[in-house]
Amino acid sequence: MQSSIAGKLWMAATGLFLCLFLLVHLFGNLQLFLPRPQGQLQFNFYSHLLSSNPLIKIAGLATYAGILGHAVLSLLLTRRNRAARSVPYAYSRPQDASPWYARNMGILGTVLLIFLVIHMKTFWYEYHWGAVGVDSGGHRDLYAVVLAAFDREWYVALYVVAMAAMGYHLLHGVESAFRTFGFQPRRFARLAHRLGVAFAVGVSALFAIIPVYVYLVQRW
Amino acid sequence: MDLKFKIWRQDGPEAAGRMEDYELTGISPDMSLLETLDVLNEQLIANGETAIAFDHDCREGICGTCGMFIDGRPHGPLTGITTCQLHMRSFEDGATIHVEPWRVDAFPVIRDLVVDRSAFDRVIQAGGFVSVNAGTAPEANSIPVRRADAERAFDAAACIGCGACAAVCKNSSAMLFVAAKVSHLSLLPQGRVEAVERVRGTVAQMDAEGFGGCTNTGACEAECPKHVSMEHIARMNWEFVKATLFSRE
Repeated sequence: MQSSIAGKLWMAATGLFLCLFLLVHLFGNLQLFLPRPQGQLQFNFYSHLLSSNPLIKIAGLATYAGILGHAVLSLLLTRRNRAARSVPYAYSRPQDASPWYARNMGILGTVLLIFLVIHMKTFWYEYHWGAVGVDSGGHRDLYAVVLAAFDREWYVALYVVAMAAMGYHLLHGVESAFRTFGFQPRRFARLAHRLGVAFAVGVSALFAIIPVYVYLVQRW
Repeated sequence: MDLKFKIWRQDGPEAAGRMEDYELTGISPDMSLLETLDVLNEQLIANGETAIAFDHDCREGICGTCGMFIDGRPHGPLTGITTCQLHMRSFEDGATIHVEPWRVDAFPVIRDLVVDRSAFDRVIQAGGFVSVNAGTAPEANSIPVRRADAERAFDAAACIGCGACAAVCKNSSAMLFVAAKVSHLSLLPQGRVEAVERVRGTVAQMDAEGFGGCTNTGACEAECPKHVSMEHIARMNWEFVKATLFSRE
């Protein structure tokens, strides 16, 4: 990466692409709020629809590439940024100048990466290679896998914590990405800021509520 | 006021530095921090010790020379001021005040609190200017400028090149300084002519000097003594995108 601004632009581009993925993923997951018998059939049908669609397969590969690119590039850029200050301050108060989550995007991102591995093992791996039954519609019963996963309190808690990390990551990331692309609406600056916050909080909260809802309501 | 100081002492660019303790009594709360350092230096000289080297020039907040890291922040605990505008009334009686030079490898320490900021000069030389024929000043009204653009350009032009943005940035990024120059000139018709070369040249020089990259934490804007806005970074990014994708060679 030759220019530091080019590095920023790629971080922003991959980050916003992953935000699009989050939206699509969230809309699929919202089917878990449907009442049980239809919800189960609907969710399993949707899972089958996605996993058998070649366009979704391509989008999936692009998503993996996006995650990999975002993570590897962040490591390269962080290494370069660290090298710019070889003697640290003896006494520094960074909390007076910027929010903690904006300074710790790497830690929040690492939490998300670890979460992603666990998440993929529980659902993606089980759906493709695990012992999964078939529902009355003839589709593999991913819904049952979801119910079984969120039967455990610690697993529900893990999801809520991971989504809190994602919320803070997006709280800085979304607005930062738009700024990086030079988007700075003069008349709607406050509105644009609020939309960024609403996206971060809304998407993360909805993702976090699903395991809680499944644990409290759908299991019974 | 009675005050304790922990101040960075370093004998030369290659020497190893260390924080040293000093104590001062009977300091007036109306003295500036630079005046307090003057008093401390007179004591040191009277005792046969070496005075603490620190940069200063105008002592009215417009030259940007007196940059130093005071109590964990550039130019001390207040916002919108330089070190010469920081008075001892901003500290508690009996407080311990930490004073360090900017910690940015692109600003190497020359001695004690003095750093070499010529990296910023080389960024300016790489395109942070407009080429005009010297001579009599041209008629001011011959090139109309929209009022809103003039105001924004002025906001960016308020940058005094003190280096606080890079000093406070967790990435040691000079992006707010470079953006202020790029944005200031790109908003004005006289600056549009060289806009492509300017953003390419200054950004390349900024990277070559070893400054880090921007992650939009906002610390630069919060600590800038002239409140230069991060909107200028967004404008520089857009100038960079335009220069990369759409400009003719």
